[in-house]
Amino acid sequence: MAIRFTLNGKAQSVDVDPRMPLLWVLRDTLNLTGTKFGCGMALCGACTVHIEGEATRSCVTPVSDVAGKKVTTIEGLSADVSHPVQKAWIELDVPQCGYCQSGQIMSAAALLAKNPRPTQAEVDDAMSGNICRCGTYQRIRQAIQRAAQMQAASPRQATLEKKSKEPTEPVAITPDASAAVGLVLGGAQ
Amino acid sequence: MSSAMLEVDRREFLKGVASGATGLVIGFYLPHGSQARAAAAPDALPFAPNAWIRIGTDDTVTLVIDKSEMGQGVVTSLSMLIAEELECGWKKIRTVFAPAAKEYANPEFGMQGTGGSTSVKGMWTPLRKAGAQAREMLIAAASGKWGVDKGVCRAEDSHVINTQTKERLSYGSLAEAAGKLPAPGEVTLKEPKQFRIVGKAMKRLDAADKTCGRAEFGIDVRQPGMLHAVVARCPVIGGKVASFNADKAKAVRGVRHVVRISSGVAVVADNTWSAMQGRDALEIKWEEGPNASLTSAAIGKMLEEGASKPGAAVARKEGDVTAGLANAARKIEAVYQAPFLAHATMEPMNCVAHVHAGGCDVWAPTQFQTVNQMTAAKIAGLKPEQVNIHTTFLGGGFGRRAEQDFVIEAVEISQSMGAPVQVTWSREDDMQHDFYRPASYSRFEAGLDADGWPVAWSNRIACPSIMSRFFPGSVKNGLDDSSVEGAADLPYAIPNILVDYQLTETGIPVGFWRSVGHSQNAFFSECFLDELAAASGKDPYQFRRRLLQKAPRHLGVLDLAATKAGWGEALPAGHSRGIAILSSFGSYVAEVAEVSVDKKNGEVRVHRVVCAVDCGRTVNPLTIEAQMQSGIVFGLTAALKGAITINKGRVEQGNFDDYQQLRMNEMPKIEVHIVPSDQPSSGIGEPGTPPIAPAVCNAIFAATGKRIRQLPIRAEELV
Repeated sequence: MAIRFTLNGKAQSVDVDPRMPLLWVLRDTLNLTGTKFGCGMALCGACTVHIEGEATRSCVTPVSDVAGKKVTTIEGLSADVSHPVQKAWIELDVPQCGYCQSGQIMSAAALLAKNPRPTQAEVDDAMSGNICRCGTYQRIRQAIQRAAQMQAASPRQATLEKKSKEPTEPVAITPDASAAVGLVLGGAQ
Repeated sequence: MSSAMLEVDRREFLKGVASGATGLVIGFYLPHGSQARAAAAPDALPFAPNAWIRIGTDDTVTLVIDKSEMGQGVVTSLSMLIAEELECGWKKIRTVFAPAAKEYANPEFGMQGTGGSTSVKGMWTPLRKAGAQAREMLIAAASGKWGVDKGVCRAEDSHVINTQTKERLSYGSLAEAAGKLPAPGEVTLKEPKQFRIVGKAMKRLDAADKTCGRAEFGIDVRQPGMLHAVVARCPVIGGKVASFNADKAKAVRGVRHVVRISSGVAVVADNTWSAMQGRDALEIKWEEGPNASLTSAAIGKMLEEGASKPGAAVARKEGDVTAGLANAARKIEAVYQAPFLAHATMEPMNCVAHVHAGGCDVWAPTQFQTVNQMTAAKIAGLKPEQVNIHTTFLGGGFGRRAEQDFVIEAVEISQSMGAPVQVTWSREDDMQHDFYRPASYSRFEAGLDADGWPVAWSNRIACPSIMSRFFPGSVKNGLDDSSVEGAADLPYAIPNILVDYQLTETGIPVGFWRSVGHSQNAFFSECFLDELAAASGKDPYQFRRRLLQKAPRHLGVLDLAATKAGWGEALPAGHSRGIAILSSFGSYVAEVAEVSVDKKNGEVRVHRVVCAVDCGRTVNPLTIEAQMQSGIVFGLTAALKGAITINKGRVEQGNFDDYQQLRMNEMPKIEVHIVPSDQPSSGIGEPGTPPIAPAVCNAIFAATGKRIRQLPIRAEELV
């Protein structure tokens, strides 16, 4: 029997084993591969999505659990990489291999939606379910604070996710990798 | 890996694996994201002056990246090297990963692959030349159009400018004409003082794709008609399938086929989860093989006995260590041990293969394209040039993706199915069927003179060999250089030194793990040296300083790290500092760790790490900083938590609950300081890793008086 839910603002129906984890429905049935498989046991956070706005590990969430609910994946967080968390991630040059970053970003976005000015302890607490083997934690900490600033300056963007009208296809953009930044590196140059 | 060693061995390797000579493969390019995918195939673009540059009439500059991007930043740093000479607009750049082809062989080891922290070092000259060559051809095309001498033209921001008339022609408008011109032989490269990109903090070109889920990793590859597979492998390392019954597996919804392959039994299904369910339902009898009763305790004994056997291979001999020890005022001895470690890349092993009538396509997050191509060709009965390797982004590599096992499985299953197949490893598969960082045993004896300065250093190492499997020809007289790197190259001025090695196999497969032998040998050597400083009652920083007087680059990073860390200055109550230094992959790194140890439960907390790095000329300081942070977190995770243990031939760890990772709440503040240098650029992907374990352990000694001689650090031993 088909399971219906709202995926990135659009009605979605899938006819799969109801026990199938949402992660694999997204990745293999719907070919929405931005949400990653890391552990299958809710230990690493790579598969984090929002269900009704809550950061949730999709690898241990049977798809039947999301029937009638709103699911947002990294592809639906913004139409054009414009969510403050995404913008801050690019500004602070956070990703390395990038594999865990969808999950990191979804966890960070859920945190800031609830707690717009988190302390470092609150950030660490909210983000400690997300493993990064490249060790990008320091820049993630900085980027979350930067995103909080951006969100405070432009509160409309933070609520983009809640708007009903959301594109479902990623919009092509030119990666903006232009400016050399004045990050202070002691002893450099 | 030394390039000379690999060069010698490459020929044997090619002989062994290839079913024919490697040829030039005209492959398909795999663009990074949907945006690039929609663009014209780079090969069709009118201006393709060399293997790395493609320019279209729309001004788009497509750069071909021939190293694997596993987080270390090659998409950006290699683009910088080309753009510096090409004079193209940075925003006009898009990148694609190279197919497997001869012209993309890594100059550092003669095959196409990424490892040994060689990417920028090896490509420094070829890529700048490629950029200059293309720029000169574009200038020649413009001078032809204008009918003026080339000397009055210059290139800037993807345009050629007539310096007399101020007219400008875009690279896109010149692409057709430039494509018809011969490539210049010699080109003049910029002097470093003219650099406007190299040395600047350039942000990653792949950051946007990696923040919206668009970057395509191997596990994300989707092909028409693709099936999903998982493989049941013998839980005992080295074991085989005796027999199996697939009836229950085939009854699982979505399961299509069950097929025996060389590594086990593959379950092929409509989706990964169904394949996993099918695998759970398989009934398999295993032939457990020679490791069936192997334990970590037995392996520990093998290494200890190995270290005591006569006839060790000499890795370094200076002076007379026996006499030096006999004449010493004081003798210090210690035994150090390090465990097996898994790579645990965030993206588990996976691969897509399609064996078809015209050849074979392989989509893989891989570090070793040349061998992937030969391996797939051998299995599929093809010539290497009939195999197209499509390199995706790698969700971490750390050396694990230099292996072939995931490619072999995908090709074998696809061959059997006649369809594209993606094989995906679960986290447990990945953890329990790795090629592990070797467990290692290191015994030291040192002699101090009456003033407490070392006069003799003897170090016997026993561990399994990576190279005897990977590049057997490089192991000469029982010496695997990768087992003693970071030990045999001890930089300290000690008159009598003997470092030798007893190659000791354990039955557990071992492989390259970020920084390879340096990862354990830095811990051994830098902690034991700290023991000597303590025995002499000398400050560990000053002790190193005095012994490094003839090693200026070591001294440079040591002083910088100590100064920035405020060595010798007061610390918060309960905090202490430790220092360590190692040169690896041509770079020099010193780290000072500031730690505290909880008196009640022995828990170690690392508060701050100050890192100084000299990696020659800076290409991208943002990347250097990121890689030092990354290497430190990687090494710190291993020091605090990492151990793969064996029971009954099985790896006891399976997932991130029992093979734990450093998480954000344990992340120290890391400060990176770069030594300015005009020396050739050297490695940054790995050199940050080795010094952190000894820096932390030396800080623990300063706090508690307890020496950590076996990793990982165990809180219960610090109470």
